[in-house]
Amino acid sequence: MSSTKLQALSSANVQTPANVQIEHSESRFRQVSRRFSKNKMAVAGLIFCILLFAVGLFAPLLQPYPPDQVTGDFSAPPSSAHWLGTDQIGRDVLSRLISAAQVSLLVGFATVAIYVAFGTVVGLLSAYYGGWIDTLVMRITDMFMAFPFMMVILVVVSVVGPSLFTIIAVLALFSWPSIARLVRGSVLSLKQADHVRAAVSLGLKTPRIIRQHIFPGALAPIIVNATFGVASAILTESGLSFLGMGVQPPTASWGNMLSEAQSISVLSGQPWLWLPAGMAILLTVLAINFVGDGLRDALDPKQ
Amino acid sequence: MVTYIARRLLIFIPVLLGITIINFIIVNMAPGNPVDMYIDPNMSPEIAEAKKEALGLNDPLFVQYIKWLGTLLTGDLGYSMSSYAPVARLVGERIMPTVTLGLAALVLALLIAVPLGIISALKQNTKIDYLVTGLSFIGTSIPNFFLGLALIYIFAVNLGILPTGGMQKLGGDGGFGDRILHMILPAIVLATGIAGRKVRYVRASMLEVLKQDYLRTARSKGVHEFWVTNKHALRNALLPVITVVGLEIPILLGGAIITEQIFQWPGIGQLTLQSMMSRDYPTIMALNLIAAIAVLGANLLTDILYSAADPRIKVG
Repeated sequence: MSSTKLQALSSANVQTPANVQIEHSESRFRQVSRRFSKNKMAVAGLIFCILLFAVGLFAPLLQPYPPDQVTGDFSAPPSSAHWLGTDQIGRDVLSRLISAAQVSLLVGFATVAIYVAFGTVVGLLSAYYGGWIDTLVMRITDMFMAFPFMMVILVVVSVVGPSLFTIIAVLALFSWPSIARLVRGSVLSLKQADHVRAAVSLGLKTPRIIRQHIFPGALAPIIVNATFGVASAILTESGLSFLGMGVQPPTASWGNMLSEAQSISVLSGQPWLWLPAGMAILLTVLAINFVGDGLRDALDPKQ
Repeated sequence: MVTYIARRLLIFIPVLLGITIINFIIVNMAPGNPVDMYIDPNMSPEIAEAKKEALGLNDPLFVQYIKWLGTLLTGDLGYSMSSYAPVARLVGERIMPTVTLGLAALVLALLIAVPLGIISALKQNTKIDYLVTGLSFIGTSIPNFFLGLALIYIFAVNLGILPTGGMQKLGGDGGFGDRILHMILPAIVLATGIAGRKVRYVRASMLEVLKQDYLRTARSKGVHEFWVTNKHALRNALLPVITVVGLEIPILLGGAIITEQIFQWPGIGQLTLQSMMSRDYPTIMALNLIAAIAVLGANLLTDILYSAADPRIKVG
């Protein structure tokens, strides 16, 4: 993506007026949550996410059977003993679905935590110091962003070998440039803001200016981007696992549960083997995207 | 403008070099040694060592890189490690199916996104608007493999009106109609995500334009509402939309891997997956490089079109 456009986009989002900073942080939080709660889909998405977290957290209590154990007939249709039936080697589909939720949440949040932290630091420093550091960082982000995301991730995973850790690491490795550019754009516009100039002329130290006067202003777009990032990491992981390049069996993931449905007989005769996992991915990603959309509107000071 | 393009092309050189370095490093992280593929296990260690020396595998990594880059500059992409065919020919055979499918998907996505986005903006905050926005969210959130399987289930297995995969009927003549029939489902799958994103883009762009003073002027002049929206507003709302299409190229290439796999479409995506499964590194490197060049080119084209479409944006 070109830097001109990113700057235009981010500066539109980030014109945090000085008065927001003067207000108490609590009232800012209240203002945002009031705006957020007006968006019904965002609230519904948030409730879904909280429920999903609860499912992941209390998985062992909710799972009717151990997820990796053969507990019934092969490919048995849903029954009172197995609510969502069993898979092709007789494991309980519902139990595996719950385990897979843990995997998806772990991938989504761990990936985002890593790359948002890294990208933010890189973007802050790049924009604050400018000059050749900035040029170098921007060229590096250009390189990383020129690779088609899915393709390069597949290549790295196929070279390094697929595992949960590899997937998180690789997704983070190729996701940080976008957040670095976003943060850089915000900081470049914030550098010109009156309160930052005042801080500079007061002789405050650089780390303090960055931490207290620049970072808070750049936070809103980071939060929004991170939320969408969780959804996209979950989606990418499921795609990799579907292709057999992600989470490896016997560990359950929604993507690898679906990959078994590639035969026509499963597709037509045993919908319980692919429909629940597919719906789980769709609903989770949808819910997170709704939350992200709600946050974007709620955090936008122009509205 | 010309200097801007020249400067951007100059920036390409270090970026491309960086890409080749990243590419080279990734592939060299691979376990095992390519020589294992070429060398007969019965060969004595001395001969094996001589062969390694001859192939340049004992050179330091950066020397290997320079040599590889040298052959690359002559346009030689090397030979596939699994089929021993020249990589350039392998890739060449696969480009057209992917480009055809990608173009079909782009056109389809715009045909869906533009009218829906405009309606959504004109009827802002009505039920239609909420419905369209909801659909666009589903479009961007649905995993393409799930959508693909669901479409195969509905249209190929249950209704039996469309083929489950492939580019033409087995033993068929591969006529135009047959190909179109085979392209419908994969094109829908690829188009869904793009359409979902573009709907919101068109809507936002249209809403922005509708607020402009010149539209009020047009109305107060007595221009009919139909012409206000369809001529005055639409032109300015759509230009940036058409140009951001370039940004979808990397997503199209990524989506092609999964979509071509599900529908057995013989394109670049399927070749990528096949060469990964057989650890065919020369082919993988070439594919990565070609894809990166395509993305860089698309980005540049987008920037140029962007500034051409909107004179307020100054480049350079």
